[in-house]
Amino acid sequence: MTTLWPRLEPLLARVQKPARYIGCEDGAYVAPWSSSRVAWLLAYPDAYEVGLPNQGLQILYEILNDSPDALAERTYAPWPDMEALMRERRIPLFSVDNHRAAGEFDVLAFNLSAELVYTNVLNCIDLAGAPVRAEARDESHPLIAAGGHCTFNPEPLADYVDFFVIGDGEEAVSEANAVIRDWKASGRNPGTRPGVLRELSHVPGVYVPSMYEAAYDGPRLVGVTPRYSDVPEVVEKRTVADLAQWDYPRRQLVPLTEVVHDRLNVEIFRGCTRGCRFCQAGMITRPVRERPAEQVRRMVSEGLARTGYDEVALTSLSSADYSGIDSVVEGIIDDPACSGQVSVSLPSLRVDAFTVGIASQIQKVRRTGLTFAPEGGTWRIRQVINKLIREEDLYGAVESAFSQGWSRVKLYFLTGLPTETDEDTLGIGELARNCVAVGRQHGRASVTASVGGFVPKPQTPFQWFGQDTVGELRRKVDLLRDSTRKDKGVTLRWHDPRASLAEGLASRGDRRVGRVIEHVWRAGGIFQEWTEYFNLSLWEEAMAAEGLSFDWYVHRDRDPDEVLAWDHISAGLHRDFLWGDWQDALAAAGVPDCRWTPCYDCGACTGYGLEHVVASAVAPAGGSQGTNQDLSSGHIVPVRLVGRRAPAPAAVV
Amino acid sequence: MKVRFRFTKQGKVRWTSHRDVARMWERALRRAVIPVAYSEGFSPRPKISFGLALPTGAESVAEYLDVELAVGPEEAGGPAGLAGALSPMLPEGMDVTAVAPTGPGEPSLQHDVVACRWEIGIPSDVGIDQPEGLEEAVAEVLAAEEIVVTRERKGQPVTDDIRPSILALSALSGPERSVVTLTGPGRVLGVELATVGRGLRPAELLTHLGVDPAGVRTVRTHQWIERDGARREPIPAGATDAPPVERQAS
Repeated sequence: MTTLWPRLEPLLARVQKPARYIGCEDGAYVAPWSSSRVAWLLAYPDAYEVGLPNQGLQILYEILNDSPDALAERTYAPWPDMEALMRERRIPLFSVDNHRAAGEFDVLAFNLSAELVYTNVLNCIDLAGAPVRAEARDESHPLIAAGGHCTFNPEPLADYVDFFVIGDGEEAVSEANAVIRDWKASGRNPGTRPGVLRELSHVPGVYVPSMYEAAYDGPRLVGVTPRYSDVPEVVEKRTVADLAQWDYPRRQLVPLTEVVHDRLNVEIFRGCTRGCRFCQAGMITRPVRERPAEQVRRMVSEGLARTGYDEVALTSLSSADYSGIDSVVEGIIDDPACSGQVSVSLPSLRVDAFTVGIASQIQKVRRTGLTFAPEGGTWRIRQVINKLIREEDLYGAVESAFSQGWSRVKLYFLTGLPTETDEDTLGIGELARNCVAVGRQHGRASVTASVGGFVPKPQTPFQWFGQDTVGELRRKVDLLRDSTRKDKGVTLRWHDPRASLAEGLASRGDRRVGRVIEHVWRAGGIFQEWTEYFNLSLWEEAMAAEGLSFDWYVHRDRDPDEVLAWDHISAGLHRDFLWGDWQDALAAAGVPDCRWTPCYDCGACTGYGLEHVVASAVAPAGGSQGTNQDLSSGHIVPVRLVGRRAPAPAAVV
Repeated sequence: MKVRFRFTKQGKVRWTSHRDVARMWERALRRAVIPVAYSEGFSPRPKISFGLALPTGAESVAEYLDVELAVGPEEAGGPAGLAGALSPMLPEGMDVTAVAPTGPGEPSLQHDVVACRWEIGIPSDVGIDQPEGLEEAVAEVLAAEEIVVTRERKGQPVTDDIRPSILALSALSGPERSVVTLTGPGRVLGVELATVGRGLRPAELLTHLGVDPAGVRTVRTHQWIERDGARREPIPAGATDAPPVERQAS
């Protein structure tokens, strides 16, 4: 093993943000290199400042390094300026921990959190010195692995990745490691690569695409079926039953340079049963598993003491839903060890939960304003997507915020949703206008409505839905822009509809889309999730070159009996549940949160013998926690805003 | 009560920015549970003030910062205690080398420092490769009455005479070199540059000398303030030096 540092260092004065490449984070392992351990290079295929905070990668980093049979280092996609210098000087992809060449590792494992990074995955494999196509790699090359939410449709990368881990990785990573350890111990002899992959396909939750054959009838996918009888027909996701047994990360990495989410992050629960139909994360991470409050408190206090951070985020898909969130937040703020200087942030705060729950004055809030996500402009469309936030809830939350001195509020919306009419689109402007009016009673008020084009995701009720075209999304944005042009105080922002098209292709594509991704990468299309680098014409050229059609993959409503590219990957959700929920969506019928209402057998609990792990037996108070429930409220909105330094929180109505 | 720290920034950590260093110190002070005074108001910040920014990529054995404590310095562990508590909380390559209480009337580092001394290691393959080349360039600069250059300040091109900002300049050999290390053959410049007025940055001087600033290794060895017509370092000689730290910067 040799370090590349002496060759890298002379490049650092010539690149932007050189601290991206130095490592040295507090919490980094400097694992002794040992031939008896399987060496994993964990890669986040985006810029360092985006990838470093990723909790999934950090959890696996610790689990592997704590294991006697493994060691792990990290890498991130080098920014194009650095990549150019590396290629010019023939420097391969390297780890930031010890600056070891990627090719010296046994496994190069990617976290896939967004589809538009796929071209960066190929670029990283190439920079590592390995052929990008799996079939061209041999025993001298690392095994290429991937995990993360995008792997619930692994097919677009099936020809490039050797094995995928579907679902929670905490347990599966060690099981995969044991298989690779034996292969490594046997000398990684020529001709043994298919054998170790076959072994890996026996690990529950591991999908080895080369063990499956994809068959087509014209454009239509006929099926993805195992080549061998010992390979599972359907790969079921892994789910850790009890988060309390996995109090990771224990040594969260503290970077030396600025990154996103630069704070202590403590995951308070996994899974979400609110049932928002557009939300892939909520569908694929069921059931709800709360971390015990006592463990949350310990992880927070130990984490703050160790890292020196003055902000902690209690993370989950809907943090205000955590049982007893109030007392946990108050406990942190009132902890004398925090000396009144620690702020708590609750990402993914729902409007209705905000109005009944607790909102702490967080640094992020003070700097950028509060963000709420009503997602849809009218009650009708919010029933379609099952985001059951009433207008009154939104105004109540906004009222609380403005009365407390905020002057800016940001609202997130989706457009291009199923059954969406222009009335729904214009409703976005209406909501924003009304929020400004609420705020004006308290002085200056501005509202930013941020509108994203909806991309249907696999393993959700909307997986059958034909995504809006770029033209249609543009028309809707224009409509909205015209209608809000004269509104002082309303600022409209929108996501590039062209990027939504490429994302839609990569989200629901089959194996054939892999060649498109490769084509885009070969044409220089990297960092496609960055506005300054995204280039739709590369994707259009690639589609034409591969003879594929956006209409077929993206814009077409899919048939009920159609084979979907991800049908052999299971998030535990029954197909008839998803189809039924899709039909409910089309009928604009919402469904309640199943934590406190009868189970409608989505499959996530029953199929895996799991249950929701929720401390509270009753639903939190509040008007619209689920539909078909008591939607009346209309009285006081008991929001409490807890000041950073105020020992006694001020009650506000 | 204000306390002044001298610290190093060497090795890999030199690739972090001035802002990054500020954050590292804030975290280190909290980790070491040093009772720092906080500003009042809605968004309290620790009362810390830094000296002149060190360019990203440059090393230093003479960085300073002032920290206002909420208690007296002895209560906070005394100079030796503060240094001993903080160095382990800072990244590798950043170590506290001296601590001294600062009088209440002391001007801020930003306003007080008038000049900095630098050592600049120039590898043979960067720019000037002949020993005489460097000596000649140095002599030329020293003999010049004025050196008018156009450079950028706050995004605007500015033309002025940089010669008055060059207080000392020499090619160093052997024992004179105190800090900078070169892995291969090369030469070392010792230079003292004014920081008042528009000042002069090492990279700007190198550009004038025809040396690519990206190819050199730069170390700040001293910062100077003036008291009663005499120059001294921001922590006076004889003030408590921090115990030596065993870690070695890479």
